[in-house]
Amino acid sequence: MSSGLNGLKFLFVALAVMLLSACAPSEPPRFNAANMTGIEYGKDFRMHDADGRERTIAEFRGKVVMIFFGFIQCPDICPTALLRAVEIRNLLGDDSKHMQLLFVTVDPERDSPEVVKAYMEAFDPSFIGLRESPERTREIADSFHVLYNKVPTGDSYTMDHTATTFIFDPTGRLRLAAPHIMPANLIADDIRTLLRTTR
Amino acid sequence: MNKLLAVSLLTLCFALPAAAQVKVDDPWVRATVPQQRATGAFMQLTAPVDARLVEAQSPAAAVVEIHEMTMENDVMRMRAVEALDLPAGKTVELKPGGYHVMLIDLKAQAKEGDMIPVTLIVENKDGQRETIEISAPVRPLNPAQMKHRHGHGH
Repeated sequence: MSSGLNGLKFLFVALAVMLLSACAPSEPPRFNAANMTGIEYGKDFRMHDADGRERTIAEFRGKVVMIFFGFIQCPDICPTALLRAVEIRNLLGDDSKHMQLLFVTVDPERDSPEVVKAYMEAFDPSFIGLRESPERTREIADSFHVLYNKVPTGDSYTMDHTATTFIFDPTGRLRLAAPHIMPANLIADDIRTLLRTTR
Repeated sequence: MNKLLAVSLLTLCFALPAAAQVKVDDPWVRATVPQQRATGAFMQLTAPVDARLVEAQSPAAAVVEIHEMTMENDVMRMRAVEALDLPAGKTVELKPGGYHVMLIDLKAQAKEGDMIPVTLIVENKDGQRETIEISAPVRPLNPAQMKHRHGHGH
């Protein structure tokens, strides 16, 4: 009899502990990328896609949004960053439908809407390329503290630019900044954490 | 004196053919979309003696430059370099994140499967120049998509 009571008592304590730990404020989530929570870069983000539709972060509620600034005539960094985004989607598996990549061209003079669109489709049909006037592009980049400038080379020019990927949580808040060298699996882990912990 | 001459001649004999054998492995060019006017060529170079890649040319592009990519505070910079050092016996990789041959003002879209001729001009430390003709296949922007098409993807 007494052993039965003890058993019940144990069960009760175990249940209480489980309930308590479920209610207790959990540890803040840990991320691989730089934590930008509370930093209001890119506030009121709105840009036009290649079809002329205005896009905002808010419209992707429920999805983690990754934003990368680059240019299409770029032989190296931009395709590498986009390939990494493709890899992240593959790593996310079913969760990939909760991830949206936005690419902002910092070279709107050369990157026509058609080029931007074709380039995104070459990587992943879900990727959205965004383009604005040179003046508006500068304002948007400034709102992310993204640097870019034209560098003459031969008869042409190339662009120096910030290669950071900015990551917004499913409620549309900026949360992370992933450097160019960060491998896909670490970013995919962060996206899963954001999907799991964002309320 | 004769001995010295003999040694010099012998050295010359060895030096000359050696200088003419910069090895080029795995060259490729990144595909472009229509209206995209620039792209990069990548490869591995191994020189048997100290040399420098001083120039590249291609009939596929109006301007060809040797570029170096650097990253500082996560800002990407790309610059033309005058030459790329090829230390004896060391494989120098031209790959994303480092050096590439930049093809500017492309005459046509670089499509997957195309072969892009590239001429490399290498100079050894005695100023002797060697011309290497290569043909670099165009690889798709997203090689994984290719894999999926062939059913090797996950």
